[in-house]
Amino acid sequence: MTQDDLVERVRNHPKYQELIHKRSRFGWTLAIIMLIIYYGFIMTIAFSPSTLATPISPGVVTTVGIPLGLGVILSCFVLTGIYVFRANSEFDRLNNEIKEEVL
Amino acid sequence: MKALRNTALLSFFALLSTTAFAAGPAMGEVEKQPLNVAAVAMFLVFVAATLGITYWASQRTKTAKDFYAAGGGITGFQNGMAIAGDYMSAASFLGISGLVYTAGFDGLIYSVGWLVGWPMIMFLIAEQLRNLGKFTYADVASYRLKQTPIRSLAATGALIVVILYLIGQMVGAGKLIQLLFGLPYQYAVVIVGVLIILYVTFGGMIATTWVQIIKACLLLGGATLIAILALSHFGFSFEEMFKRATEVHAKGVSIMGPGGLVHNPVDAISLGIALMLGTAGLPHILMRFFTVPDARQARISVFFATGFIGYFYILTFIIGFSAIVLLSEHPDFFQTAADGTKALIGGSNMSAVHLADAVGGNLLLGFISAVAFATILAVVSGLTLAGASAISHDLYANVFARGRATEQQEVKISKIATIGLGIIAILLGIAFEKQNIAYLVGLTFAVAASANFPVLFMSIYWSKLTTRGAFLGGAIGLLTAVTLVILGPTVWVDVLGFAAPIFPSKYPALYSVTAAFVAIWFFSITDKSQSAQDEMEAYKAQDVRCQTGIGAEGAASH
Repeated sequence: MTQDDLVERVRNHPKYQELIHKRSRFGWTLAIIMLIIYYGFIMTIAFSPSTLATPISPGVVTTVGIPLGLGVILSCFVLTGIYVFRANSEFDRLNNEIKEEVL
Repeated sequence: MKALRNTALLSFFALLSTTAFAAGPAMGEVEKQPLNVAAVAMFLVFVAATLGITYWASQRTKTAKDFYAAGGGITGFQNGMAIAGDYMSAASFLGISGLVYTAGFDGLIYSVGWLVGWPMIMFLIAEQLRNLGKFTYADVASYRLKQTPIRSLAATGALIVVILYLIGQMVGAGKLIQLLFGLPYQYAVVIVGVLIILYVTFGGMIATTWVQIIKACLLLGGATLIAILALSHFGFSFEEMFKRATEVHAKGVSIMGPGGLVHNPVDAISLGIALMLGTAGLPHILMRFFTVPDARQARISVFFATGFIGYFYILTFIIGFSAIVLLSEHPDFFQTAADGTKALIGGSNMSAVHLADAVGGNLLLGFISAVAFATILAVVSGLTLAGASAISHDLYANVFARGRATEQQEVKISKIATIGLGIIAILLGIAFEKQNIAYLVGLTFAVAASANFPVLFMSIYWSKLTTRGAFLGGAIGLLTAVTLVILGPTVWVDVLGFAAPIFPSKYPALYSVTAAFVAIWFFSITDKSQSAQDEMEAYKAQDVRCQTGIGAEGAASH
């Protein structure tokens, strides 16, 4: 089997189409969620800093900005975790099936 | 408000200079301190241990793959640790905690910016890099394009980033050692240069990886200890810590909200682009993805790296806030300036170090000082290896020798390049001792985001990319970034002394990254040559390998 044949066989494999479609959709969705979270935070700082400087409840010093800022840090970790979880189970399984059936 | 913004910006320059001690205005005069015996002893233990590891690694470094990529045998967890060790510089530790100490909440804005690049790397390029590359990111960029122009461009981008980053690290090392250990500046610079030459020439990527892992453990462990000891003063209550901080801080409750660090939305967007895409264009970071056996482990690396780096930023936030309260109880940490104002000895960037002293005494102070030096060594080793591989693997083996060099010749060249880069780093460290280098990290991230990232990204994702488009687009991104930084406030005004900048913003990435992508697109679609047709046709095979890992570099079998 030549290199070109192999490439064509993989490309024509229905599971390959499924894999790249699902993975790219999932990756881009998470990337866009991350961008919205990050720029949402930054734009709130730029346009409405007083929102973040509001105490979380009357009489306390801790402001809304503190849990939100730490929440952005946490969301980076959680989103990468979600990606790894699905990629290392579902996507890797599909990928291995393609390899077994084509090679 | 104006004053607050100025203080915050000055702290930010200090932070941006990669090393906490580079920017003149943000800190007091660096004075030579008495020799700190505990710090020096702990540092010597670290050096002895890492040299032992280098010897062990040298026994295992036989092939080019061992030298550049640790044989591809690093696990995802280990690599995640090493990435964190590569990325968390002394600047992030001392600079961000110093920024929180000065400006409170605003410190969090930079932590967040520095972290968001990691999820983007995960979703868009981590596994793709692993599947397509071998030793350097230029392998990926030039996968289906002409080797000579694309590798020359990628290696140039890599070397510029490495050299700029090195200057900041070396100057920071010198200043830090002077302040913490009481050793002369030049000694520190020479010690760093000699040690990294030893690590990298003898131990290659295996030694570099383990130096970074050990450093990450020490830094995370030390920072955790300081944070716990500090929080115990507040009954482990964040509210209590914030309350007392607002009571003693000159700015009162305003430290609990945004303080004007981000006020112009366009600058904020541009800075975000530089931090995100710049992180994804740092050659020493990208190189780490070739040390794991497959795409699966590459993903696991990013997951752990994101966790460690995020946790680390939370620690710096706690350290900065608790320092506001706990340092105020130690008048001996402050000196009175000529104009009667009291300032922290060594500047606000020393707040984490003073806090170690306040909560853990001289032993913890010595430990943190040694960790800060170890941190610089680990970052410099990664940079040097990345620079050496750009010279030997990209420029020598694939451009100069056109792929005809043997593996032994290539590794030999990279060892010579390592020694050369080590010497250059020492000389630059000495040359830049008294220079204002605050613009360096801004420039580094702008170049990484505008020259390296667009070419890499488009080579993975865009089937119509041609050599002409990639070369001209990358070159235009590079030139635009460098030009706008030079014409901007940090160089034109602060370094060259002109009254007003020609380009008003400190953050050129929005413009230079756009210029790079538009040029890549334009010069690709207008390229009607036969070779351009062949390159587009070759995308199919590249994409199959990229998506499935079929044909990708495996781990070396030892």
